[in-house]
Amino acid sequence: MLAAIGVSSVQEIFERQIPEGVRLGRELDLPQGLSEQEVFAHLSQLAARNVSAEDELSFLGAGMYDHYVPALIDMLMERSEFLTPYTPYQPEISQGGLQVMFEYQTAISELTGLPVSNASTYEGPSAVAAAAYLAKLHNSKRRLVISAGLHPHTIETLRTLAHGYGMEVVLVALTSGSAGGVTDPDAWAGAIDDDTSAAIFAQPNFYGAVEDAAALSAAAKDAGEPVVVAQVDPITLGILQPPGACGVDVAVGEGQPLGNRLDFGGPSFGFFAAREEYLRRMPGRIAGETVDVDGRRGFVLTLQTREQHIRREKATSNICTAQALNALAGVVYLAWLGRRGIVELGELLLSRTHYAREQLAALAGVEKLHEQPVVREFALRLDADVAAVRGRCLAQGVNPGVDVHALSGRDEDRGVLLVAITERRSRADIDRLAEVLQAAVASERQAVPA
Amino acid sequence: MAEASYPEDLLYHPEHDWARIDAADPAVATLGITWYAQDSLGEVVFFDLPAVGASVSKDASYAEVESVKAVSDVIAPLSGEIVEVNEALADDPQKINEDPYGEGWLVKVRIADPAEREQLMDARAYAATLGG
Repeated sequence: MLAAIGVSSVQEIFERQIPEGVRLGRELDLPQGLSEQEVFAHLSQLAARNVSAEDELSFLGAGMYDHYVPALIDMLMERSEFLTPYTPYQPEISQGGLQVMFEYQTAISELTGLPVSNASTYEGPSAVAAAAYLAKLHNSKRRLVISAGLHPHTIETLRTLAHGYGMEVVLVALTSGSAGGVTDPDAWAGAIDDDTSAAIFAQPNFYGAVEDAAALSAAAKDAGEPVVVAQVDPITLGILQPPGACGVDVAVGEGQPLGNRLDFGGPSFGFFAAREEYLRRMPGRIAGETVDVDGRRGFVLTLQTREQHIRREKATSNICTAQALNALAGVVYLAWLGRRGIVELGELLLSRTHYAREQLAALAGVEKLHEQPVVREFALRLDADVAAVRGRCLAQGVNPGVDVHALSGRDEDRGVLLVAITERRSRADIDRLAEVLQAAVASERQAVPA
Repeated sequence: MAEASYPEDLLYHPEHDWARIDAADPAVATLGITWYAQDSLGEVVFFDLPAVGASVSKDASYAEVESVKAVSDVIAPLSGEIVEVNEALADDPQKINEDPYGEGWLVKVRIADPAEREQLMDARAYAATLGG
Protein backbone atom coordinates (compact mmCIF):
# COMPACT_ATOMS: atom_id res chain seq x y z
CA MET A 1 0.00 0.00 0.00
CA LEU A 2 2.90 2.33 0.76
CA ALA A 3 4.21 1.66 -2.73
CA ALA A 4 0.77 2.37 -4.19
CA ILE A 5 0.73 5.88 -2.71
CA GLY A 6 4.40 6.51 -3.43
CA VAL A 7 5.65 6.66 0.14
CA SER A 8 8.64 4.74 1.52
CA SER A 9 7.42 4.25 5.11
CA VAL A 10 4.65 5.05 7.55
CA GLN A 11 7.02 7.42 9.30
CA GLU A 12 7.35 9.34 6.06
CA ILE A 13 3.56 9.90 5.97
CA PHE A 14 3.70 11.54 9.38
CA GLU A 15 6.72 13.60 8.44
CA ARG A 16 5.06 14.85 5.28
CA GLN A 17 1.69 15.62 6.90
CA ILE A 18 2.50 16.91 10.36
CA PRO A 19 4.56 20.10 10.67
CA GLU A 20 7.85 19.54 12.48
CA GLY A 21 7.04 22.18 15.07
CA VAL A 22 4.14 20.17 16.45
CA ARG A 23 5.67 16.73 16.23
CA LEU A 24 6.51 15.11 19.58
CA GLY A 25 9.85 13.80 18.41
CA ARG A 26 10.10 10.89 20.82
CA GLU A 27 8.36 7.66 21.76
CA LEU A 28 5.19 7.93 23.84
CA ASP A 29 5.79 7.42 27.55
CA LEU A 30 3.78 4.23 27.93
CA PRO A 31 4.52 1.27 30.21
CA GLN A 32 5.72 -1.98 28.70
CA GLY A 33 3.11 -4.18 27.07
CA LEU A 34 1.78 -7.05 29.14
CA SER A 35 0.86 -10.57 28.13
CA GLU A 36 -2.82 -11.49 27.94
CA GLN A 37 -2.47 -13.44 31.19
CA GLU A 38 -0.93 -10.45 32.97
CA VAL A 39 -3.62 -8.13 31.65
CA PHE A 40 -6.32 -10.50 32.87
CA ALA A 41 -4.75 -10.62 36.34
CA HIS A 42 -4.46 -6.84 36.47
CA LEU A 43 -8.07 -6.26 35.41
CA SER A 44 -9.28 -8.91 37.87
CA GLN A 45 -7.54 -7.02 40.64
CA LEU A 46 -9.21 -3.78 39.60
CA ALA A 47 -12.63 -5.45 39.32
CA ALA A 48 -12.23 -6.95 42.78
CA ARG A 49 -12.31 -3.44 44.21
CA ASN A 50 -15.96 -3.21 43.20
CA VAL A 51 -18.81 -4.57 45.25
CA SER A 52 -21.60 -5.85 43.06
CA ALA A 53 -25.20 -6.65 43.86
CA GLU A 54 -24.09 -10.30 43.99
CA ASP A 55 -21.56 -9.59 46.75
CA GLU A 56 -23.87 -7.99 49.27
CA LEU A 57 -27.54 -7.96 50.24
CA SER A 58 -28.57 -4.87 48.31
CA PHE A 59 -31.56 -2.58 48.78
CA LEU A 60 -30.23 0.05 46.40
CA GLY A 61 -32.65 1.66 43.96
CA ALA A 62 -33.32 5.27 42.98
CA GLY A 63 -33.93 4.60 39.30
CA MET A 64 -32.21 1.27 38.65
CA TYR A 65 -33.11 -1.99 40.37
CA ASP A 66 -31.67 -5.43 41.04
CA HIS A 67 -34.32 -7.57 39.38
CA TYR A 68 -33.75 -11.14 38.32
CA VAL A 69 -32.58 -11.48 34.73
CA PRO A 70 -33.44 -14.95 33.41
CA ALA A 71 -30.82 -16.94 31.48
CA LEU A 72 -33.11 -16.84 28.45
CA ILE A 73 -32.22 -13.18 27.94
CA ASP A 74 -28.47 -13.73 27.79
CA MET A 75 -29.00 -16.68 25.48
CA LEU A 76 -30.95 -14.56 23.00
CA MET A 77 -28.95 -11.35 23.37
CA GLU A 78 -25.69 -13.17 22.76
CA ARG A 79 -26.85 -14.58 19.44
CA SER A 80 -24.43 -13.02 17.00
CA GLU A 81 -27.30 -11.90 14.76
CA PHE A 82 -28.34 -9.53 17.54
CA LEU A 83 -25.06 -8.92 19.33
CA THR A 84 -22.65 -8.09 16.53
CA PRO A 85 -24.34 -5.84 13.96
CA TYR A 86 -24.17 -2.10 14.18
CA THR A 87 -27.21 0.06 13.45
CA PRO A 88 -28.33 -1.12 10.01
CA TYR A 89 -28.10 1.55 7.34
CA GLN A 90 -30.23 -0.44 4.96
CA PRO A 91 -32.70 -1.38 7.64
CA GLU A 92 -35.10 -3.33 5.43
CA ILE A 93 -32.41 -5.97 5.00
CA SER A 94 -32.55 -6.60 8.76
CA GLN A 95 -36.09 -7.91 8.97
CA GLY A 96 -35.38 -9.79 12.20
CA GLY A 97 -34.06 -6.64 13.90
CA LEU A 98 -37.01 -4.58 12.69
CA GLN A 99 -39.46 -7.21 13.83
CA VAL A 100 -37.91 -7.14 17.32
CA MET A 101 -38.36 -3.36 17.36
CA PHE A 102 -41.96 -3.72 16.23
CA GLU A 103 -42.73 -6.29 18.95
CA TYR A 104 -40.98 -4.08 21.50
CA GLN A 105 -43.01 -1.04 20.44
CA THR A 106 -46.20 -3.07 20.68
CA ALA A 107 -45.33 -4.23 24.19
CA ILE A 108 -44.57 -0.70 25.37
CA SER A 109 -47.79 0.56 23.81
CA GLU A 110 -49.81 -2.06 25.63
CA LEU A 111 -48.05 -1.47 28.94
CA THR A 112 -48.46 2.31 28.85
CA GLY A 113 -51.92 2.37 27.28
CA LEU A 114 -50.71 4.81 24.61
CA PRO A 115 -51.08 4.08 20.90
CA VAL A 116 -47.61 4.90 19.58
CA SER A 117 -44.13 4.01 20.79
CA ASN A 118 -40.65 4.42 19.37
CA ALA A 119 -38.01 1.70 19.20
CA SER A 120 -36.41 2.92 22.45
CA THR A 121 -34.27 5.86 23.55
CA TYR A 122 -30.90 6.14 25.25
CA GLU A 123 -32.14 5.95 28.88
CA GLY A 124 -34.73 7.39 31.25
CA PRO A 125 -33.82 10.99 32.14
CA SER A 126 -32.94 11.95 28.56
CA ALA A 127 -36.27 10.46 27.44
CA VAL A 128 -37.98 12.92 29.79
CA ALA A 129 -35.95 15.76 28.27
CA ALA A 130 -36.92 14.49 24.81
CA ALA A 131 -40.57 14.66 25.86
CA ALA A 132 -40.05 18.27 26.95
CA TYR A 133 -38.50 18.96 23.55
CA LEU A 134 -41.49 17.32 21.86
CA ALA A 135 -43.76 19.67 23.81
CA LYS A 136 -41.68 22.66 22.72
CA LEU A 137 -41.91 21.58 19.06
CA HIS A 138 -45.61 21.01 19.43
CA ASN A 139 -46.69 24.26 21.06
CA SER A 140 -43.66 26.62 21.02
CA LYS A 141 -44.40 27.61 24.60
CA ARG A 142 -41.75 28.60 27.14
CA ARG A 143 -42.45 27.13 30.55
CA LEU A 144 -41.80 23.64 31.88
CA VAL A 145 -43.72 22.89 35.07
CA ILE A 146 -42.12 19.92 36.78
CA SER A 147 -42.79 18.03 40.00
CA ALA A 148 -40.13 17.87 42.69
CA GLY A 149 -41.01 14.18 42.78
CA LEU A 150 -38.96 13.59 39.64
CA HIS A 151 -35.58 11.91 40.04
CA PRO A 152 -32.86 14.52 40.73
CA HIS A 153 -31.00 13.39 37.60
CA THR A 154 -34.14 13.94 35.54
CA ILE A 155 -34.56 17.43 37.00
CA GLU A 156 -30.96 18.23 36.19
CA THR A 157 -31.37 16.94 32.61
CA LEU A 158 -34.51 19.02 32.14
CA ARG A 159 -32.70 22.12 33.39
CA THR A 160 -29.91 21.50 30.88
CA LEU A 161 -32.40 21.20 28.02
CA ALA A 162 -34.34 24.25 29.19
CA HIS A 163 -31.18 26.32 29.44
CA GLY A 164 -30.27 25.52 25.85
CA TYR A 165 -33.67 26.57 24.56
CA GLY A 166 -34.33 29.52 26.83
CA MET A 167 -37.20 27.75 28.54
CA GLU A 168 -38.17 28.43 32.14
CA VAL A 169 -38.29 25.54 34.60
CA VAL A 170 -40.80 25.81 37.44
CA LEU A 171 -40.38 23.24 40.20
CA VAL A 172 -43.56 22.27 42.08
CA ALA A 173 -42.91 21.06 45.64
CA LEU A 174 -44.27 17.93 47.24
CA THR A 175 -46.82 18.14 50.03
CA SER A 176 -45.64 17.99 53.60
CA GLY A 177 -47.23 16.94 56.87
CA SER A 178 -49.52 13.97 57.32
CA ALA A 179 -50.61 13.94 53.66
CA GLY A 180 -47.07 14.64 52.55
CA GLY A 181 -44.93 13.03 49.91
CA VAL A 182 -46.77 13.69 46.66
CA THR A 183 -46.93 16.58 44.18
CA ASP A 184 -48.83 19.45 45.82
CA PRO A 185 -52.04 19.62 43.76
CA ASP A 186 -52.74 23.31 44.46
CA ALA A 187 -49.19 24.40 43.70
CA TRP A 188 -49.27 22.24 40.56
CA ALA A 189 -52.49 23.78 39.24
CA GLY A 190 -51.30 27.24 40.24
CA ALA A 191 -48.01 26.91 38.40
CA ILE A 192 -49.53 25.85 35.07
CA ASP A 193 -50.71 28.59 32.70
CA ASP A 194 -51.25 29.28 29.00
CA ASP A 195 -47.53 29.59 28.43
CA THR A 196 -46.78 26.16 29.90
CA SER A 197 -45.33 23.85 27.29
CA ALA A 198 -45.25 20.66 29.36
CA ALA A 199 -46.29 19.49 32.81
CA ILE A 200 -44.06 16.66 34.01
CA PHE A 201 -44.28 14.29 36.99
CA ALA A 202 -42.98 10.87 38.06
CA GLN A 203 -45.01 7.76 38.84
CA PRO A 204 -44.15 6.45 41.41
CA ASN A 205 -42.19 9.48 42.49
CA PHE A 206 -38.56 9.54 43.56
CA TYR A 207 -39.46 8.89 47.22
CA GLY A 208 -41.52 5.85 46.22
CA ALA A 209 -44.97 7.41 46.61
CA VAL A 210 -47.79 6.65 44.19
CA GLU A 211 -49.08 9.90 42.70
CA ASP A 212 -52.68 10.57 41.66
CA ALA A 213 -51.77 10.64 37.99
CA ALA A 214 -55.32 11.13 36.72
CA ALA A 215 -55.85 14.15 39.00
CA LEU A 216 -52.52 15.71 38.03
CA SER A 217 -53.29 15.28 34.32
CA ALA A 218 -56.79 16.68 34.65
CA ALA A 219 -55.63 19.65 36.70
CA ALA A 220 -52.94 20.41 34.13
CA LYS A 221 -55.45 20.40 31.27
CA ASP A 222 -57.78 22.65 33.27
CA ALA A 223 -55.08 25.21 33.97
CA GLY A 224 -53.65 25.40 30.46
CA GLU A 225 -52.89 23.22 27.46
CA PRO A 226 -49.55 21.69 28.34
CA VAL A 227 -48.37 18.35 27.06
CA VAL A 228 -48.72 16.10 30.12
CA VAL A 229 -45.63 13.93 30.56
CA ALA A 230 -45.16 11.14 33.09
CA GLN A 231 -41.88 9.39 33.84
CA VAL A 232 -43.02 5.94 34.91
CA ASP A 233 -41.33 2.88 36.40
CA PRO A 234 -42.17 0.13 33.89
CA ILE A 235 -42.19 -2.66 36.49
CA THR A 236 -45.11 -0.98 38.26
CA LEU A 237 -47.27 -0.97 35.15
CA GLY A 238 -48.56 -4.42 36.02
CA ILE A 239 -50.50 -3.00 38.94
CA LEU A 240 -50.75 0.77 38.52
CA GLN A 241 -53.21 2.38 36.10
CA PRO A 242 -51.50 2.78 32.73
CA PRO A 243 -50.53 6.40 31.98
CA GLY A 244 -52.73 6.42 28.85
CA ALA A 245 -55.79 5.79 31.02
CA CYS A 246 -54.82 8.67 33.32
CA GLY A 247 -54.86 11.47 30.78
CA VAL A 248 -51.10 11.40 30.25
CA ASP A 249 -50.02 12.47 26.74
CA VAL A 250 -46.45 11.15 26.75
CA ALA A 251 -45.16 8.33 28.96
CA VAL A 252 -41.43 7.80 29.19
CA GLY A 253 -39.07 6.06 31.57
CA GLU A 254 -36.01 4.06 32.38
CA GLY A 255 -36.22 0.56 30.91
CA GLN A 256 -33.44 -1.04 32.97
CA PRO A 257 -35.80 -2.93 35.34
CA LEU A 258 -37.00 -4.87 32.30
CA GLY A 259 -34.45 -7.58 31.70
CA ASN A 260 -31.29 -5.50 32.10
CA ARG A 261 -28.78 -5.87 34.89
CA LEU A 262 -27.40 -3.01 36.96
CA ASP A 263 -23.94 -3.29 35.37
CA PHE A 264 -22.20 0.02 36.04
CA GLY A 265 -25.43 1.99 35.88
CA GLY A 266 -25.72 1.27 32.17
CA PRO A 267 -25.98 0.70 29.32
CA SER A 268 -29.76 0.55 29.46
CA PHE A 269 -32.61 1.90 27.40
CA GLY A 270 -35.43 4.36 27.77
CA PHE A 271 -38.96 3.96 26.46
CA PHE A 272 -41.15 6.62 24.87
CA ALA A 273 -44.85 6.28 24.15
CA ALA A 274 -47.40 8.94 23.20
CA ARG A 275 -50.80 9.80 21.81
CA GLU A 276 -51.06 9.61 18.04
CA GLU A 277 -51.15 13.37 17.52
CA TYR A 278 -47.53 13.62 18.74
CA LEU A 279 -46.23 10.93 16.39
CA ARG A 280 -44.38 13.26 14.05
CA ARG A 281 -42.62 15.06 16.92
CA MET A 282 -41.35 11.87 18.53
CA PRO A 283 -37.64 11.11 18.69
CA GLY A 284 -36.03 7.80 17.91
CA ARG A 285 -36.51 5.11 15.31
CA ILE A 286 -39.96 3.76 14.65
CA ALA A 287 -40.49 0.35 13.07
CA GLY A 288 -43.54 0.00 10.87
CA GLU A 289 -45.41 -3.01 9.54
CA THR A 290 -46.26 -3.23 5.85
CA VAL A 291 -46.47 -5.69 2.95
CA ASP A 292 -43.90 -6.25 0.20
CA VAL A 293 -44.53 -6.41 -3.56
CA ASP A 294 -45.69 -10.04 -3.15
CA GLY A 295 -48.12 -9.16 -0.38
CA ARG A 296 -46.03 -10.73 2.39
CA ARG A 297 -45.82 -9.05 5.77
CA GLY A 298 -42.59 -7.12 6.31
CA PHE A 299 -41.10 -4.34 8.43
CA VAL A 300 -39.55 -0.97 7.66
CA LEU A 301 -38.28 2.06 9.49
CA THR A 302 -41.04 4.58 9.08
CA LEU A 303 -41.50 8.31 9.58
CA GLN A 304 -37.79 8.76 8.99
CA THR A 305 -38.40 12.36 8.09
CA ARG A 306 -38.24 13.11 11.81
CA GLU A 307 -34.67 11.93 12.02
CA GLN A 308 -31.25 13.49 11.72
CA HIS A 309 -30.16 11.94 8.42
CA ILE A 310 -33.01 13.84 6.76
CA ARG A 311 -33.80 16.81 8.97
CA ARG A 312 -30.34 17.50 10.39
CA GLU A 313 -30.57 20.22 13.03
CA LYS A 314 -34.36 20.26 12.75
CA ALA A 315 -34.66 16.61 13.71
CA THR A 316 -36.72 15.55 16.72
CA SER A 317 -33.60 14.42 18.58
CA ASN A 318 -29.84 15.05 18.73
CA ILE A 319 -29.02 11.65 20.17
CA CYS A 320 -27.55 8.97 17.88
CA THR A 321 -26.71 6.14 20.26
CA ALA A 322 -28.89 3.10 19.70
CA GLN A 323 -29.69 0.89 22.65
CA ALA A 324 -31.46 -1.71 20.55
CA LEU A 325 -29.73 -4.63 22.25
CA ASN A 326 -30.90 -3.47 25.68
CA ALA A 327 -34.40 -2.93 24.33
CA LEU A 328 -34.27 -6.49 22.96
CA ALA A 329 -33.56 -7.69 26.50
CA GLY A 330 -36.55 -5.62 27.58
CA VAL A 331 -39.02 -7.16 25.15
CA VAL A 332 -37.71 -10.69 25.80
CA TYR A 333 -38.21 -10.05 29.51
CA LEU A 334 -41.77 -8.84 28.97
CA ALA A 335 -42.54 -11.87 26.78
CA TRP A 336 -41.02 -14.12 29.45
CA LEU A 337 -43.10 -12.52 32.22
CA GLY A 338 -46.21 -12.39 30.11
CA ARG A 339 -49.40 -10.50 30.89
CA ARG A 340 -50.04 -12.44 34.09
CA GLY A 341 -46.42 -12.47 35.17
CA ILE A 342 -46.04 -8.72 35.27
CA VAL A 343 -49.17 -8.43 37.39
CA GLU A 344 -48.00 -11.18 39.76
CA LEU A 345 -44.60 -9.53 40.02
CA GLY A 346 -46.23 -6.21 40.82
CA GLU A 347 -48.38 -7.77 43.53
CA LEU A 348 -45.34 -9.49 45.01
CA LEU A 349 -43.38 -6.24 45.08
CA LEU A 350 -46.33 -4.42 46.58
CA SER A 351 -46.72 -6.80 49.50
CA ARG A 352 -42.99 -7.18 50.21
CA THR A 353 -42.42 -3.44 50.00
CA HIS A 354 -45.17 -2.71 52.46
CA TYR A 355 -43.87 -5.45 54.77
CA ALA A 356 -40.38 -3.96 54.60
CA ARG A 357 -41.62 -0.45 55.29
CA GLU A 358 -43.60 -1.56 58.32
CA GLN A 359 -40.72 -3.61 59.72
CA LEU A 360 -38.18 -0.82 59.32
CA ALA A 361 -40.43 2.01 60.49
CA ALA A 362 -41.00 0.06 63.73
CA LEU A 363 -37.29 0.37 64.57
CA ALA A 364 -36.14 2.99 67.07
CA GLY A 365 -34.77 6.06 65.31
CA VAL A 366 -36.39 5.13 61.99
CA GLU A 367 -39.61 6.59 60.63
CA LYS A 368 -41.44 6.72 57.31
CA LEU A 369 -40.74 9.87 55.32
CA HIS A 370 -44.37 9.78 54.16
CA GLU A 371 -47.50 7.64 54.55
CA GLN A 372 -48.35 7.44 50.85
CA PRO A 373 -48.95 4.08 49.19
CA VAL A 374 -45.75 2.64 47.75
CA VAL A 375 -45.11 -0.12 45.23
CA ARG A 376 -41.43 -1.11 45.21
CA GLU A 377 -39.48 1.57 47.02
CA PHE A 378 -39.91 3.85 50.02
CA ALA A 379 -38.08 6.59 51.89
CA LEU A 380 -37.23 6.56 55.57
CA ARG A 381 -35.99 9.33 57.83
CA LEU A 382 -33.19 8.21 60.16
CA ASP A 383 -32.38 9.85 63.47
CA ALA A 384 -28.70 9.37 62.74
CA ASP A 385 -26.14 10.19 60.09
CA VAL A 386 -27.15 8.19 57.02
CA ALA A 387 -23.60 7.76 55.70
CA ALA A 388 -22.40 6.42 59.04
CA VAL A 389 -25.38 4.08 59.36
CA ARG A 390 -24.76 2.79 55.84
CA GLY A 391 -21.11 2.21 56.65
CA ARG A 392 -22.03 0.00 59.61
CA CYS A 393 -24.54 -1.94 57.51
CA LEU A 394 -22.07 -2.42 54.67
CA ALA A 395 -19.58 -3.88 57.11
CA GLN A 396 -22.25 -6.52 57.82
CA GLY A 397 -22.66 -7.28 54.10
CA VAL A 398 -25.96 -5.40 53.83
CA ASN A 399 -26.46 -2.34 51.62
CA PRO A 400 -29.51 -0.73 53.22
CA GLY A 401 -30.33 1.69 50.40
CA VAL A 402 -29.47 5.05 48.88
CA ASP A 403 -28.23 7.99 50.94
CA VAL A 404 -30.53 10.49 49.27
CA HIS A 405 -28.65 13.61 50.37
CA ALA A 406 -25.45 12.19 48.91
CA LEU A 407 -27.28 11.75 45.59
CA SER A 408 -29.22 14.98 45.45
CA GLY A 409 -27.17 17.41 47.53
CA ARG A 410 -30.45 18.95 48.73
CA ASP A 411 -30.69 20.01 52.37
CA GLU A 412 -34.20 18.61 52.77
CA ASP A 413 -32.82 15.17 51.88
CA ARG A 414 -30.51 15.00 54.91
CA GLY A 415 -31.28 11.96 56.99
CA VAL A 416 -33.24 10.25 54.22
CA LEU A 417 -32.60 6.66 53.19
CA LEU A 418 -34.29 5.27 50.07
CA VAL A 419 -34.94 1.52 50.27
CA ALA A 420 -35.81 -0.54 47.19
CA ILE A 421 -37.38 -4.00 47.19
CA THR A 422 -37.17 -6.41 44.28
CA GLU A 423 -38.33 -10.01 43.93
CA ARG A 424 -34.73 -11.03 44.72
CA ARG A 425 -35.11 -9.74 48.27
CA SER A 426 -36.94 -12.41 50.25
CA ARG A 427 -38.79 -11.91 53.48
CA ALA A 428 -35.79 -13.36 55.29
CA ASP A 429 -33.56 -10.82 53.53
CA ILE A 430 -35.83 -8.02 54.69
CA ASP A 431 -35.73 -9.33 58.25
CA ARG A 432 -31.92 -9.38 58.03
CA LEU A 433 -31.97 -5.76 56.82
CA ALA A 434 -34.15 -4.80 59.78
CA GLU A 435 -31.78 -6.52 62.19
CA VAL A 436 -28.68 -4.89 60.76
CA LEU A 437 -30.26 -1.47 60.36
CA GLN A 438 -31.58 -1.50 63.89
CA ALA A 439 -28.12 -2.18 65.27
CA ALA A 440 -26.48 0.41 63.03
CA VAL A 441 -28.94 3.17 63.90
CA ALA A 442 -28.75 2.35 67.61
CA SER A 443 -24.95 2.47 67.55
CA GLU A 444 -24.91 5.80 65.74
CA ARG A 445 -27.48 7.33 68.09
CA GLN A 446 -25.37 6.29 71.07
CA ALA A 447 -22.17 7.62 69.58
CA VAL A 448 -21.06 10.83 71.26
CA PRO A 449 -20.79 13.70 68.73
CA ALA A 450 -17.21 14.92 68.26
CA MET B 1 -49.78 14.84 -12.70
CA ALA B 2 -47.63 12.92 -15.14
CA GLU B 3 -46.62 15.66 -17.57
CA ALA B 4 -44.61 18.73 -16.66
CA SER B 5 -46.74 21.83 -16.85
CA TYR B 6 -46.28 25.48 -15.93
CA PRO B 7 -49.55 27.42 -16.37
CA GLU B 8 -49.24 30.78 -18.07
CA ASP B 9 -51.44 32.65 -15.61
CA LEU B 10 -49.13 32.09 -12.61
CA LEU B 11 -46.09 33.90 -11.23
CA TYR B 12 -43.06 31.78 -10.35
CA HIS B 13 -40.28 31.90 -7.74
CA PRO B 14 -36.90 30.29 -8.57
CA GLU B 15 -37.26 27.99 -5.54
CA HIS B 16 -40.08 26.21 -7.37
CA ASP B 17 -43.08 27.97 -5.87
CA TRP B 18 -45.98 29.64 -7.65
CA ALA B 19 -48.44 32.42 -6.85
CA ARG B 20 -51.88 32.92 -8.40
CA ILE B 21 -53.52 36.32 -8.19
CA ASP B 22 -57.12 36.55 -9.37
CA ALA B 23 -58.19 39.79 -10.98
CA ALA B 24 -61.40 39.42 -8.97
CA ASP B 25 -59.49 39.78 -5.65
CA PRO B 26 -55.96 41.04 -6.31
CA ALA B 27 -55.23 41.55 -2.59
CA VAL B 28 -55.09 37.80 -2.00
CA ALA B 29 -52.61 35.36 -3.59
CA THR B 30 -52.89 31.56 -3.67
CA LEU B 31 -49.52 29.82 -3.21
CA GLY B 32 -48.23 26.35 -4.02
CA ILE B 33 -45.29 24.36 -5.34
CA THR B 34 -44.57 23.69 -9.00
CA TRP B 35 -44.73 20.46 -10.99
CA TYR B 36 -40.93 20.29 -10.87
CA ALA B 37 -40.91 20.50 -7.05
CA GLN B 38 -43.47 17.74 -6.52
CA ASP B 39 -41.76 15.56 -9.10
CA SER B 40 -38.39 15.93 -7.36
CA LEU B 41 -39.86 15.17 -3.96
CA GLY B 42 -41.69 12.07 -4.95
CA GLU B 43 -44.84 10.93 -3.22
CA VAL B 44 -45.85 13.55 -0.68
CA VAL B 45 -46.90 11.92 2.59
CA PHE B 46 -47.31 14.89 4.89
CA PHE B 47 -47.87 18.63 4.77
CA ASP B 48 -47.78 20.45 8.09
CA LEU B 49 -50.39 23.18 7.67
CA PRO B 50 -49.18 26.56 8.92
CA ALA B 51 -51.48 28.63 11.11
CA VAL B 52 -53.98 31.11 9.72
CA GLY B 53 -52.77 34.53 10.79
CA ALA B 54 -49.10 33.64 10.52
CA SER B 55 -47.04 35.97 8.41
CA VAL B 56 -44.89 34.86 5.51
CA SER B 57 -41.88 36.66 4.06
CA LYS B 58 -40.83 36.58 0.45
CA ASP B 59 -37.87 34.23 -0.10
CA ALA B 60 -38.26 32.71 3.36
CA SER B 61 -39.61 29.29 4.28
CA TYR B 62 -43.15 29.21 5.64
CA ALA B 63 -43.85 25.45 5.71
CA GLU B 64 -42.41 22.03 4.97
CA VAL B 65 -43.45 19.29 2.57
CA GLU B 66 -42.50 15.71 3.44
CA SER B 67 -42.09 12.80 1.13
CA VAL B 68 -41.05 9.34 2.26
CA LYS B 69 -37.32 10.08 2.27
CA ALA B 70 -37.04 13.85 2.18
CA VAL B 71 -38.26 17.08 3.70
CA SER B 72 -38.32 20.27 1.71
CA ASP B 73 -38.83 23.87 2.77
CA VAL B 74 -41.61 25.71 0.96
CA ILE B 75 -40.49 29.21 0.03
CA ALA B 76 -42.92 32.13 -0.04
CA PRO B 77 -42.89 33.93 -3.39
CA LEU B 78 -44.60 36.94 -1.79
CA SER B 79 -44.86 38.44 1.69
CA GLY B 80 -48.15 38.61 3.51
CA GLU B 81 -50.48 37.14 6.12
CA ILE B 82 -52.00 33.70 5.78
CA VAL B 83 -55.79 33.99 5.51
CA GLU B 84 -56.63 30.43 4.55
CA VAL B 85 -54.93 27.02 4.47
CA ASN B 86 -55.86 23.96 2.40
CA GLU B 87 -57.30 21.74 5.13
CA ALA B 88 -57.90 18.89 2.63
CA LEU B 89 -54.12 18.30 2.54
CA ALA B 90 -54.16 17.06 6.15
CA ASP B 91 -55.88 13.86 5.05
CA ASP B 92 -54.79 13.76 1.42
CA PRO B 93 -51.35 15.33 0.94
CA GLN B 94 -51.00 13.51 -2.40
CA LYS B 95 -53.14 16.19 -4.00
CA ILE B 96 -49.89 18.14 -4.13
CA ASN B 97 -48.53 15.55 -6.57
CA GLU B 98 -51.76 14.95 -8.47
CA ASP B 99 -52.85 18.56 -8.96
CA PRO B 100 -50.10 20.95 -7.79
CA TYR B 101 -51.77 24.04 -9.27
CA GLY B 102 -55.39 23.19 -8.44
CA GLU B 103 -56.48 21.04 -5.50
CA GLY B 104 -52.88 20.91 -4.31
CA TRP B 105 -52.79 24.63 -3.40
CA LEU B 106 -51.15 25.21 -0.01
CA VAL B 107 -52.16 28.59 1.45
CA LYS B 108 -53.78 31.88 0.58
CA VAL B 109 -52.14 35.09 1.76
CA ARG B 110 -53.17 38.71 1.94
CA ILE B 111 -50.34 40.38 -0.01
CA ALA B 112 -48.28 42.85 2.01
CA ASP B 113 -46.39 44.50 -0.87
CA PRO B 114 -47.82 44.24 -4.41
CA ALA B 115 -44.52 45.55 -5.80
CA GLU B 116 -42.89 42.21 -4.95
CA ARG B 117 -44.79 40.69 -7.88
CA GLU B 118 -42.39 42.40 -10.25
CA GLN B 119 -39.56 40.20 -8.99
CA LEU B 120 -41.26 36.94 -9.93
CA MET B 121 -40.94 35.13 -13.26
CA ASP B 122 -43.52 34.20 -15.84
CA ALA B 123 -44.02 30.57 -16.90
CA ARG B 124 -41.57 30.73 -19.78
CA ALA B 125 -38.77 32.28 -17.72
CA TYR B 126 -39.29 29.75 -14.96
CA ALA B 127 -39.33 26.79 -17.35
CA ALA B 128 -36.08 28.09 -18.82
CA THR B 129 -34.38 27.85 -15.41
CA LEU B 130 -35.20 24.14 -15.39
CA GLY B 131 -34.03 23.43 -18.93
CA GLY B 132 -30.27 23.70 -18.52
